[in-house]
Amino acid sequence: MSEDRSLARRVACMVNGAPRAADVSVRRTLADYLRHDLGLTGTHLGCEHGVCGACTVLVDGLAVRACLMLAVQAEGCAVTTVEGIALDATTLHPLQAAFARHHALQCGFCTPGILTTLLAFLAEVPDPSSAAVRQAISGNLCRCTGYEPIIAATLEAAAQMRRPA
Amino acid sequence: MSTRTAFRDVPRLEDPALLTGRARFVDDIRPPGTLHAAFLRSPFAHAAIRAIDASAARAMPGVHLVLTAADLAPHLAQTRLRVALPSPAFRQTLDRPVLAEAEVVHVGEAVAIIVADDRYLAEDALALVEVEYDPLPVVADCVAALEDGAPTAHQGAPHNLVGEFTLGFGDPDAAFAGAAVTVRAVLAQHRGVAHSMECRGLIAIPDLVEDRLTVWSSTQTPHVARRMLCDILGLAEDRIRVATPDVGGGFGPKLVFYPEEVAVAAAARLLHRPVKWIEDRREHFIASTQERDQVWDVELATDAEGRILGLRGAMIHDHGAWTARGLNVAYGAVSAMPLAYIVPAYRIHSRSAVTNKVPVTPIRGAGQPQGVFAMERLLDRAAQALGMDRAEIRRRNLVPAAAMPYATPLRTRGGMQVVLYSGDYPRCMAEALARAEWDGFAQRQAAARAEGRSLGIGLANYVEGTGRGPFEHVSLRLEPSGRIFVATGAAPMGQGTRTMLAQLVAEQLGGDMANVEVSAGDTATSPLGLGGFNSRQAVMAGTSAHVAALRVRQRVLEVAASLLETAEADLEIEGRAVRVAGTGLSVTLAEVARAAAGLPGFALPGGKAGIAAAEEVVIDPMTYANGSCVAEVELDAGTGNVTIRRLSFVHDCGRALHPRIVDGQVLGGITHGIGNALFEWMGFDAEAQPVTTNLAEYLLVSATEMPMEISIGHVESPTPLNPLGIKGVGESGVIPVAAAIASAVEDALSPFGARIDRVPITPQDVVAAILGRSAP
Repeated sequence: MSEDRSLARRVACMVNGAPRAADVSVRRTLADYLRHDLGLTGTHLGCEHGVCGACTVLVDGLAVRACLMLAVQAEGCAVTTVEGIALDATTLHPLQAAFARHHALQCGFCTPGILTTLLAFLAEVPDPSSAAVRQAISGNLCRCTGYEPIIAATLEAAAQMRRPA
Repeated sequence: MSTRTAFRDVPRLEDPALLTGRARFVDDIRPPGTLHAAFLRSPFAHAAIRAIDASAARAMPGVHLVLTAADLAPHLAQTRLRVALPSPAFRQTLDRPVLAEAEVVHVGEAVAIIVADDRYLAEDALALVEVEYDPLPVVADCVAALEDGAPTAHQGAPHNLVGEFTLGFGDPDAAFAGAAVTVRAVLAQHRGVAHSMECRGLIAIPDLVEDRLTVWSSTQTPHVARRMLCDILGLAEDRIRVATPDVGGGFGPKLVFYPEEVAVAAAARLLHRPVKWIEDRREHFIASTQERDQVWDVELATDAEGRILGLRGAMIHDHGAWTARGLNVAYGAVSAMPLAYIVPAYRIHSRSAVTNKVPVTPIRGAGQPQGVFAMERLLDRAAQALGMDRAEIRRRNLVPAAAMPYATPLRTRGGMQVVLYSGDYPRCMAEALARAEWDGFAQRQAAARAEGRSLGIGLANYVEGTGRGPFEHVSLRLEPSGRIFVATGAAPMGQGTRTMLAQLVAEQLGGDMANVEVSAGDTATSPLGLGGFNSRQAVMAGTSAHVAALRVRQRVLEVAASLLETAEADLEIEGRAVRVAGTGLSVTLAEVARAAAGLPGFALPGGKAGIAAAEEVVIDPMTYANGSCVAEVELDAGTGNVTIRRLSFVHDCGRALHPRIVDGQVLGGITHGIGNALFEWMGFDAEAQPVTTNLAEYLLVSATEMPMEISIGHVESPTPLNPLGIKGVGESGVIPVAAAIASAVEDALSPFGARIDRVPITPQDVVAAILGRSAP
């Protein structure tokens, strides 16, 4: 970056369980930091004004809009992005697997933000009603699916996640 | 028929990468040294440009390039985008410039491009460019645009009429003269924005060694983009590759070739660096094409039994400020209006008006929702005049199954006769009515009214042109690794096009979809391609893939028979091998491919080299899908809120290649239709200034606005036009929904005598309709 160096800060945080750091401008958004400085391009920007929810990531377990948070505000935090959701390199998280089974994604651009939103929600409400899931994703816009398959996938995944391992 | 992979709900090939963040959308392509572009855009709907001073922006640290139209012109072979589909109906040529020259004609039109080290800096520099504008009279309304004495949207233009045609047959005036019932309505459908969740964008990467340019673009039409870039930059076709990465939705506007694509490609060539531009959401509101503003003044004549005698009227279509595609939306709208019904006489005079607004091109539905809205609103009025059930008047007029193939007097924009080859429209409607419990609704409505609740039900039928020809390219080859490589000019935007093609190819070649690699929407792998639009890719690319796969299958069996010294009839392809039925003998696909690749001095199996096939199966006629939608709504008299209690949709797209994907396409379309019916309003003030430029002001349907109950049903009437029997489905869901919801809201408002003549229907509209009768 060629921006004024006096405005740059080193931002270090835990991302998907690993320590990461980069020098960024103080005005850099968390989304741009993740995407462009750390190369984690799974987090997508749909509106950059906090409405569509596509850029949602987990910061210390809470779902936040990475377009509305500055990178410098994430200093010292634990951040989870869509790249950090799967159980391991070959095993999808039950929520991801349920999305595939239910055709809960088409173009997939909004999907990372919906997955992170739902993970935060299910951590709080492990046995939700259909109406509660609908409410939980009402801040995430999807132009492809019509949402119903997302709700069905979430209910199925929640049931699986409740079962003892 | 038993199948392995086709016509089944197989897992989508696209999903694992999309679910884990490994997908590659255009903004995820980040070669070293990439520079970032931002566009200076017009703040005026219409103004003359007196002067541009970009010296401060050019001097800003981190800025590499600033180009205005004058700076760019010496580097271009032509400065206008000649993209118009041909039509004798044009009355003016309105090819748009790469960057605005002496005049800006809509808010958001690109005036200059700035390329900097990053997007933040490029946007900082935009503020340093000084443009001296001289505001001019604005054309903000398509009806006013065509009135005598209206100002012109372009300085020096003779008028605002860009295109005009009359579509019709029979003698409507005689039909009206002898009619028992005539009804008339003035109807409007509103302009909306496509809003793929990924906006537009591209990165142009110059290769200095070979003097080539690779353009990764979030486009629905990569081959068109290459041709346009070659024409405008003055380069031979082999100098430019256009490829599509993962595309985050299209919905129409990404089929258009845009000025930004030229400016970014030119900047990359001038700077010898990769240059990226990603449209932001605000730009999507003012620079990506929009659709649906039309005003219809139409009449319907029936006999005393409600049989249609004729339809006539006029339609004004808002074309926007430039011709970014053609007169196709107006043509599609007028063509769609009568299509589901037996209409003996028809005449619509269509005029397309230039306005100082964002150019108009197809958005999911492409005029068909407007044509259906006009037809269905008129049928409701006629039913009312006749005292007839709204379903009954439709039942009496739908094209019956026994009439198929039904040759309509209509012709497509390319001059081909519109023939409805297959379908059972009355059955679709009957099934939708049954799902909706239409017959029991009167009791539900009466019971609700007794509780002070206001319910309404409405319906709409549609017939949709799908599978626009003439062809789509698909090539297959069996590689020495045993892998099957498929290349196509079809361009996926998220529908699962790769899965669809792999299903059809694997069906014939062993059933292992993981052994099929699909390269889609890349000019480097497909010599020809038309791309993704008009619900065409399963029909056109699917058919080419199927035919090519059959040819490759035949060749595989020929080579394997030679290797195994047996008859082809005894062989079957299983997974990645060819087996002799009933024996342990087999040969792998890799061995087959290697044998066909030849050895110096040895004879080839079957006397031919390689195992490959390329197809561009030509299918000129469109294949017509259809469906019926019933909506049941509840109005809140206090707030004007409309709740969709139940939405029942029965459609027929022939055989379903992947039933779950078909359902997904229909449901996504329904959701878009709900937006058009109740929420999506692209506001402009009297000076054509957009007043809804973020997603808080412009409302998309979210999960909580979905119907309380949705029921989707299928009728399968295979088309004879392709060997798979399939019809397109991508746009289906959106087409009848606004008409059905308008019908339902009008029904709920029937105690107040209110009429619904336009969408979106806002809470204010509902409250006003109620107060209009009940207020003192």
